[in-house]
Amino acid sequence: MLNTSQQSHQGYKEHIVPETANTPILSVDNLSVEFDGHRVIEDLSFTVEAGKTLAIVGESGSGKSVTSQSIMRLAEGVGAHYPSGHIWFESESFGTIDLLKAPLSTIRKVRGKDIAMIFQEPMTSLNPVYTIGDQICESLTLHKQISQDAARKEAVELLKMVRLPDASEMLDRYPHQLSGGMRQRVMIAMALACRPKILIADEPTTALDVTIQAQILAILKELQKELNMAVIFITHDMGVVAEVADDVVVMWQGKKVEQGPVTTIFTESKHPYTQALLSAVPKLGTMEGQPYPKRFPITVVENNEPTVVGEECIQNTADYESEPLLSVRNLVTRFDTKKNFFGKATHRVHAVEQVSFDIFKGETLALVGESGSGKSTIGRTIQQLQKATSGDISFNGKSFDKLSKSERKKLRQEIQYIFQDPLASLDPRKTIGFSIAEPIRTHNLIQGEGNIQKRVTELLERVGLTKDHANRYPHQFSGGQRQRICIARALASNPKLIIADEALSALDVSIQAQIINLFMELQEEHGISYLFISHDMAVVEKMSHRVAVLYLGQVAELGSRQQVLETPSHPYTKRLLSAVPVADPFVQRDFSKIEGEIPSPVRMVGDEPMILTQQEIAPGHFIAQS
Amino acid sequence: MGSFLLKRLFQAVFVLLAITLIVAYAIRLTGDPALMLTQGAGSVTEADLQMIRESLGINKPFVAQYLEFLQSLLVLDFGRSFLGGTSVSTLIAQSLPATLALATCVMFVSIVISIPLGIKAAVSKGKWADQVIRIVSLIGLSFPNFWLALMLVLVFSIWLQWLPPSGMTDFTSFIMPAFTMAIILTATNVRLVRSSMLETLQSQYIMVARAKGLSENKVLYKHALRNCAIPLITYFGLQFGGLLGGIVVIERVFNWPGLGTLAFDAVGSRDYPVLQAVITVLSMLIVGVNLLVDIAYGLIDPRIRTES
Repeated sequence: MLNTSQQSHQGYKEHIVPETANTPILSVDNLSVEFDGHRVIEDLSFTVEAGKTLAIVGESGSGKSVTSQSIMRLAEGVGAHYPSGHIWFESESFGTIDLLKAPLSTIRKVRGKDIAMIFQEPMTSLNPVYTIGDQICESLTLHKQISQDAARKEAVELLKMVRLPDASEMLDRYPHQLSGGMRQRVMIAMALACRPKILIADEPTTALDVTIQAQILAILKELQKELNMAVIFITHDMGVVAEVADDVVVMWQGKKVEQGPVTTIFTESKHPYTQALLSAVPKLGTMEGQPYPKRFPITVVENNEPTVVGEECIQNTADYESEPLLSVRNLVTRFDTKKNFFGKATHRVHAVEQVSFDIFKGETLALVGESGSGKSTIGRTIQQLQKATSGDISFNGKSFDKLSKSERKKLRQEIQYIFQDPLASLDPRKTIGFSIAEPIRTHNLIQGEGNIQKRVTELLERVGLTKDHANRYPHQFSGGQRQRICIARALASNPKLIIADEALSALDVSIQAQIINLFMELQEEHGISYLFISHDMAVVEKMSHRVAVLYLGQVAELGSRQQVLETPSHPYTKRLLSAVPVADPFVQRDFSKIEGEIPSPVRMVGDEPMILTQQEIAPGHFIAQS
Repeated sequence: MGSFLLKRLFQAVFVLLAITLIVAYAIRLTGDPALMLTQGAGSVTEADLQMIRESLGINKPFVAQYLEFLQSLLVLDFGRSFLGGTSVSTLIAQSLPATLALATCVMFVSIVISIPLGIKAAVSKGKWADQVIRIVSLIGLSFPNFWLALMLVLVFSIWLQWLPPSGMTDFTSFIMPAFTMAIILTATNVRLVRSSMLETLQSQYIMVARAKGLSENKVLYKHALRNCAIPLITYFGLQFGGLLGGIVVIERVFNWPGLGTLAFDAVGSRDYPVLQAVITVLSMLIVGVNLLVDIAYGLIDPRIRTES
């Protein structure tokens, strides 16, 4: 493995030296990082050049974030030690310094001035109790000798630079008054305040909606050119890598496994892990012309060799002949958010407005949309975790309103919910065997302790775990395993419908690919229907029969997967699809069309949204008319 | 924020009404002040007792007595003490400042000690400084305050003769009572500051503040402290209430001329007007402090200020 990386490292140098002849401004040299004697990064080396973007990619636990925090010496705060290595930085004020050995007083002059950083969570990376202006000016007055007035003027310029409207009013706003996309722009403005030589962006768009992600990436690219900055872009998303990177470092379990120009990595990757990673990335558009969803074989790394497991299989499981399993008609769900002095609502979230759809036996219906589209609220309302304001839901031909108490309980058995965060949805103090057996006991599905244990074992094995796992606790598993446990628990009650609410979003792509196949296998075996709630268009393309696109609580477009993804007809669907990053460095996209914020679903009481009418433009293909 | 405060003010009136009602009723279950006053007076006839009751105004039905009390409360007239007939308002006016001064001192000392110590413990979590602070605060927590008071008197007044053993004279007389109570509060407060600081330090914006190049003190005292202030002042507010209740013991030990001493004497002699007045004033103080805490929320956290 070491060989491969060294070879590619040299190849990389040969590739760029004649082209730009830049000297690196930052070189990481044999860096190792330890936490409590446990090594998380081993002998990592790479260089960064002015004006270029280096992407560091890897899955959870690969050490990519620790790398970025080590450059800033922030990792020490959480207990990191550096047994070996140097991080050489060409500083204007200090000359060539080793960031690992420099005293903290020097590091503080480099932080925020020469090297700045933006983080993953825009919702939590701004201090909630200070205004935007205070926070930007703080960076300016700290590193530049300027007055408060001059700093405020400069801050306005910075906010204009990241294309925030009403920049001067923005200074006196607080973070909670801004959307996620706006906060990330403020964060970028703050990081660029002192025109840093290097910008470290740690998953800067992961928590954002795709249309907002496209805007942020465009701004970053533009400003990088303007300031001739080096960017170190940390991400797990190969689509984003293809979009932004000049060079790529692939990390796996704390080691660099491959490095090279982005085009080489995508076309001629040498390391088995890179190959497996790339094959697992869902690419939007790969299923063009296919009427049904499909299971694909997956490449996994076994004994350092890429091995292909599974086989291609068409997922023709939907039964459109019988009556629909679930029918939703004119569903409306609203929540009161603000109340006046007398407790009367003044503002409401119109989460779901007049939504209708069917799900048939053995079918996967995907609900896609961005934040505030109401997709999760629909799932929760069907699972009776949330009360509907009006409308009708019927399951197996029987309306929810007419159910007796025992039928309602039975419904909770036949409809199962899988959440985004598997750790949060498993009781940390119960063994997973207990958690899986719980629905069996609650609904009296199997009699006798021995039979229940047998069934638990069977379920564990079905989702790819073993009998011994039953006695362990949730924290002893990886994220992917936990999601398998949640699936086993859902299966335990023999459901007819599973609502998967962003169930794959928190998983690494290689794990995600396996879980997608597991979902489809179970559908084939048991004829289960899925309501698949997701923001990820590429995953939706892989596994759904029909797709409903939601926008501000209403259905913008509904049709078969082919109809919606291949001939998108509603402007919002087109916009959404064009914003999805494509994992192909040869495709250059034009982001300029994507602008604007996602409007808020909160409205004053009395200010009702306009209800759109649906028009059938092809058999089964509906779009909203405004 | 405005309507939020208005609501709280509204609630406060009900709280005060409820407290006065409970106190006025409960106190009358404890015994007859007429009997108490005539104890050891030799031959007392039922007619004499009835006369005393009439002169004290306690022969009327309870509801009438309570309404009278409320009526006079509106003009801050608490009536006259059963003992000696002094105006209760005068008694309160004499002892309230002493209690308030002491309680404020206690809170101030405790907060000034516990915030830096709690922050230090949080920052050096698991290291020796944290361990020492934890152990010392556990020891502080384990002392009963009357015992601690006696020990301080023994050392500083009797052995060293640095501080006056009792009474309220100049500022030196504040030192021992204030520290006695502050030590015990500080023990809990250090732990509270430590745990809420630990939680705040996990936040992304703390790493962002460090990444800006700010000094560690700026990161802790400007960015972190204000964010964990909400749970802290909520607790300090409640603590102030508990402190006023607990101050009775310390006032007795140090012979402090405060509300506690006044209440203690009034309980012994079933002096309804004094006792009712002390409890009403104390509960007004507690409600007032909690109202201040609510206002402070809005000043500290813009998310609360801009709500509604």
